[in-house]
Amino acid sequence: MNGEFVHRFLPNSAPETKRRMLKEVGIENIEEIYAEIPENCRFHGKLNIPQEPTSEFAVSKYLRNVLGKNISTDKMISFLGAGCWNHYVPAICDNINSRSEFVTAYSGSEYVDIGRQQGLFETASMLGELLDMDVVGAPVYDGYSACGDAMLMAYRSNGRSQALVPSTISRDKLDTIKLYSSGWFDIIQVNADPKTGQMDLEDLKLKISDKTAAVLIENPTYLGFIEEQGQIIGDIAHQAGAIFITSVEPLSLGILTPPGQYGADIAVLDAQPLGMHQNFGGGQVGFIACQDKPEMINLMPCWLYSATKTVVEGELAYSWHALYDRMFYVIRDEAQNFTGTSAGLWGITAGIYLSLLGSYGLAQVDKTILYNVNYIRKALNSISGININRFASTPFQEFVVDFNETHRTVEEINTALSKKGIIGGKDLSKEFPYLEQSALYCVTEIHTKDDLDKLVIALKEVLA
Amino acid sequence: MKKKVGLIVNPIAGLGGSVGLKGSDGNNIVEQALTLGASPYSGARAVTALKVLVPLSSNIELYTCYGLMGETVSREVGLEAKLIGQPRAIDNSLYNRLKSTTAQDTIETAKEMLCIGCELILFAGGDGTARNIYEAVGYKVPVIGIPTGVKMHSAVYATNPRNAGELAAELISGQICQFIDGEVMDIDEDEFRKGRVSARLFGYMKVPLSRVHLQGGKISISSDPNSVKGIARTIVEDMKPETLYIIGPGSTTTPIMELLGLPFTLLGVDLVKNKKLVANDVTKKQILYELSANSHAAIIVTPIGGQASLFGRGNQQIGPEVINCVGKNNIQIVATQAKINSFYGNCMKVDTGDEKLDSELCGYYRVIVSYKQEIVFRIEC
Amino acid sequence: MSYNKEYEQIETGYQAVRWHEPVIYNLGRHGIINEITPQADPEIQAAAKYDVENMIPECMRRKKEPSLPELSEPEVVRHYVRLSQNNFSYDSGNTVGLGTCTMKYSPKINDQLATLPEVYELHPFQKDEQIQGILQIMYELRTWLAEIAGMDEFTFQARGGAHGVFINAAMIKAYHHSHGEDFRDEIITSAVSHPANGGCPAALGYKVITLYPDPVTGDIGIEQMKAAISSHTAAMMMTAPYDTGVFDSHLKEYIDMVHEVGGLVSLDQANFNGVIGHLRAGDLGADMMHFNLHKTFSTPHGSVGPGTGAVGVKKPLIPFLPKPLVIFDGKEYHTDYNRPQSIGKVGNFMGNIGSVIRAYAWIKALGAEGITEAASMAVLNNNYLIKKMLQVKGMGIAWANRAKLQEARFTVEELFQNTGVTTFDINRRVIDYGIISYFESHEPMIVPNPITPEPSDSVTVDDLDRFAEVFDCISKEAYSNPEIVKSAPHRCALHKVLDGPLNDPKQLATTWRAFLKRNPDFTQAKGI
Repeated sequence: MNGEFVHRFLPNSAPETKRRMLKEVGIENIEEIYAEIPENCRFHGKLNIPQEPTSEFAVSKYLRNVLGKNISTDKMISFLGAGCWNHYVPAICDNINSRSEFVTAYSGSEYVDIGRQQGLFETASMLGELLDMDVVGAPVYDGYSACGDAMLMAYRSNGRSQALVPSTISRDKLDTIKLYSSGWFDIIQVNADPKTGQMDLEDLKLKISDKTAAVLIENPTYLGFIEEQGQIIGDIAHQAGAIFITSVEPLSLGILTPPGQYGADIAVLDAQPLGMHQNFGGGQVGFIACQDKPEMINLMPCWLYSATKTVVEGELAYSWHALYDRMFYVIRDEAQNFTGTSAGLWGITAGIYLSLLGSYGLAQVDKTILYNVNYIRKALNSISGININRFASTPFQEFVVDFNETHRTVEEINTALSKKGIIGGKDLSKEFPYLEQSALYCVTEIHTKDDLDKLVIALKEVLA
Repeated sequence: MKKKVGLIVNPIAGLGGSVGLKGSDGNNIVEQALTLGASPYSGARAVTALKVLVPLSSNIELYTCYGLMGETVSREVGLEAKLIGQPRAIDNSLYNRLKSTTAQDTIETAKEMLCIGCELILFAGGDGTARNIYEAVGYKVPVIGIPTGVKMHSAVYATNPRNAGELAAELISGQICQFIDGEVMDIDEDEFRKGRVSARLFGYMKVPLSRVHLQGGKISISSDPNSVKGIARTIVEDMKPETLYIIGPGSTTTPIMELLGLPFTLLGVDLVKNKKLVANDVTKKQILYELSANSHAAIIVTPIGGQASLFGRGNQQIGPEVINCVGKNNIQIVATQAKINSFYGNCMKVDTGDEKLDSELCGYYRVIVSYKQEIVFRIEC
Repeated sequence: MSYNKEYEQIETGYQAVRWHEPVIYNLGRHGIINEITPQADPEIQAAAKYDVENMIPECMRRKKEPSLPELSEPEVVRHYVRLSQNNFSYDSGNTVGLGTCTMKYSPKINDQLATLPEVYELHPFQKDEQIQGILQIMYELRTWLAEIAGMDEFTFQARGGAHGVFINAAMIKAYHHSHGEDFRDEIITSAVSHPANGGCPAALGYKVITLYPDPVTGDIGIEQMKAAISSHTAAMMMTAPYDTGVFDSHLKEYIDMVHEVGGLVSLDQANFNGVIGHLRAGDLGADMMHFNLHKTFSTPHGSVGPGTGAVGVKKPLIPFLPKPLVIFDGKEYHTDYNRPQSIGKVGNFMGNIGSVIRAYAWIKALGAEGITEAASMAVLNNNYLIKKMLQVKGMGIAWANRAKLQEARFTVEELFQNTGVTTFDINRRVIDYGIISYFESHEPMIVPNPITPEPSDSVTVDDLDRFAEVFDCISKEAYSNPEIVKSAPHRCALHKVLDGPLNDPKQLATTWRAFLKRNPDFTQAKGI
């Protein structure tokens, strides 16, 4: 401590307070405590970063300047999705999830952090209704890691050496699952039917065996369309003794059959569409749900917020210490789970979104999306060179746009579009080489007719 | 739902200790001890433990014996108890009242408690009492020992009477889900008085492991059945060909034999080579004989008893000659994390009979606690 | 027992709210509709050939709508406002008790900046030229953190500290694999490191060797480390300083020993708060490490996330970092996905960007001088607290002869042996006096009846005095009238929670529908 350094974040840096405290501890200088660190570990130099503190005004000004260089999607018309979707965020969601009491809370017990525990329990309850499943865990990092976790659950339940996944999942998700499974089991991709894009059942039957720990499907798939064979795939999986995992999109469950009704043993989802902004990918929050069987519940790798009773009749409490002994916090290396701080704030927000919209509102969003998607696909199809039926399956909020006949690359098209204030769909050419120059377009309830018409006009111009 | 709990107090336990007599088992011990001015304190310690259970009295259906074997204790504490066994004659002589309690009483009462359906037997006593209870109930019902004896080598006791009470309270209120295998041991008392330690491993009782009440040591909730399977898997996976494996006694090492599909002796030493059985329940002589025919060997051993004894208690067959022949580097120690934690921070001890070897064995060892999990633990001189 | 005010020896202070906020499914009214999102444009609806229901194949059409709460907008607001008031956050009151969490002030300007539309409305797959601002901040933070940690590169893809440890463990594996040394299958860690240091490598298939500190010195010790190290050692993954506030005197030696056998060293710097500017992982010889931005660097904890584990590595490990990396060519910032040796992805996108912005702003607000001072303050605050706490009857401290940095592990074993009151009982009583429930210890609890507070840097001396005062009061209660403590809490919305159902998968209920199935006759009592 050199001289009298006082700062707004450090209340006890007020000189008199600091002096009093030093006196109470019985030292002249805090160096006397630091002397405990061996000399060969000490850093005595000056850090090569700005030395002096800055006023709040200056911090704000600098950051606003730099961040101002961003061109966010609200300044353009964006058709990007691919796991981070642009939905309307109700004002209440931002209002509540910026309240200090939620933002700066952490790990208080069930007696003090009742809000957080009840909030997450309520979100889990609502997700359980969407999924038609009884057991929903606390948030994990995001949808991709939730998938990885689910596959590990399957492995731990039956010890088998392979897992089957659709070949249409994103390469990033595949990478994540591979990392989670490394050393335990192999990931094998099942072919997609070339016409529909949905899972090729013949190939599934070929690849499934008594070595299969789990079969994963996505619904809707990464490429946007609905997988209609869930029940059959689940049956095939169960016949082989494998666990059936479904990775779903919660917003779509207002109108789509929930996985609990077509045989899912485990369901995972990313709840970002339920009240989180895109946030450069920082709004993701994963959930894992499973069937209400003790052997499954014991394998859940996340916190479990359970409702329970107290010593007083009629009193409800919520605790995150349900089956605490599964967690790595207790059994360390035996646990094979390791999700700690994840995304509680977003988890609570999802509950706000769902309770605000209710099932009516949810169906409303879904309907608007379907209408919009239907409209734009028809319109795009009328542009020569564009094929929106690369996969003859029903899309939800995303679909593949095949530009191959235009003889232009998606890169060129998107660059041209951005000059017209439009952010085109995600370029799939590198991710799925067999699709060549195709893009993944995402259309949600926020797109107005005007927006959609502008896309059509722009594309016509670009491709002329 | 009331939980049936049994209480057995051995009023003689510990009697000799305070006046320098080693143990309280012999016939004359009681007389000698009382003459020397000893007063029975086993009951007082049982009272300390039982006091902790008073707030839970509405959840407990307590069963105990007449007189000094439990009735007086429960009455002093104010816990209602159903009395079983033989009523005692009222006698003003402490000596007579003490003298009239026998090992047979303990055994029969414990058996009856098992029949009644007790979910816990709380006992106050030492290794002798533990042995009696073991004879009666084996592994069939959880037990907690209130330490009051002089010889306490068994791994069935709480660290002190209050902790015994707290542990019982935890079990009764449903907070305990883990148990460890507690060795029941006894030291030959005559030998002991002659200055020689000769301990025998009798068997195992089921002992609850505390989660909430931390008894001066480490806790962990790795599940023992999984851990021992994991240990066995690790050992078997690493077994080298043409190597003689000397598998020490204990419930931690028997899963190794089970995994190999071989017959085993829980309380004895077995020999394995090339994953096949060489011999069961061998003596030191037999081990040395096999060693002479094998150039590579290893000892798989687990610390035994509440005193964390690695060599010298319950496995004297693995004598100093054996250890010297095999070599310190070929000793593989196994133990579950729960077992390690139940040693309450104490290091492992060795008493091979060869003092020089004992001091050479001191130091740090890697201990396998589950599949692909190890800790480092020390042998102390 | 009936409880009355005479039992309170000191003021009760900040009191959390004391009503039962009904579960949301018991609120609202049937038939209410909140029109929040838009309907599709009428022309668009007209242009559709089918009714929208028929756009979905029959087999996938939801037959029964999900049972969601039906609350009007004001009711939703009130319910969640009340829930928030039922939370004990850093901003609400005295959170000194939450050790290892490093609770500190999250500057509100940082929240304002992180929620600007220029951030909130950014999509992670936008072209680099559209996201220069955010890439610049990521790059500048990475440069600052590299300097603070003595590392060469950083990634912000881990969503929490444990996630960061996972990335490090995965990189260790990839590194040794690339050198043809897959035989290295052992990780060494300590029981006083965060459990993730055992859990993460185990999840990747490693054998984990856990070392316990000496009960007297608090160090692991060279001899013990020697026993653990072998030619199979892949890495040592350790928290430094320990969760107990003790700095292992031989840390540098362990690092050298591990390097000697060809292993790597990864330092979990979740406890960095006491040593910012006083110590750098890189200087110690660590090959990789991580910071918790939501601990040391003030980004808010957010009700258990979102957070960020900022992972830092030295040059040899850079190729293995998750992709993409943010690079700067002197003029522009780019996302580099061309990383053939990368471990790949640990989740969607690039991580929790909100933390990055907030951490950057915090460092900027303090400067090098300030963050070093913040560390000193954290240590001073902690040592002041220790002085006060040790005046409490029955209170002891583990490793008393070792100096403590950012936190300490106290023990009330003496009080327990004298009175029968445990740390868990005390942890329910402290709430009655207006401070947050404290952190006992990570498992294994090698110190009996533990209490692990962590004042951190932005607490006031009054909070510290109050904290000690509460323990002093409860200690007196334990020695005179232990029942009050054992039957706590008394001034809380809840009474003692029944643990039994929580440990039984057949009784626990993570959803309301499951709870109702298990407890069909349950009616929630009105009032307190």
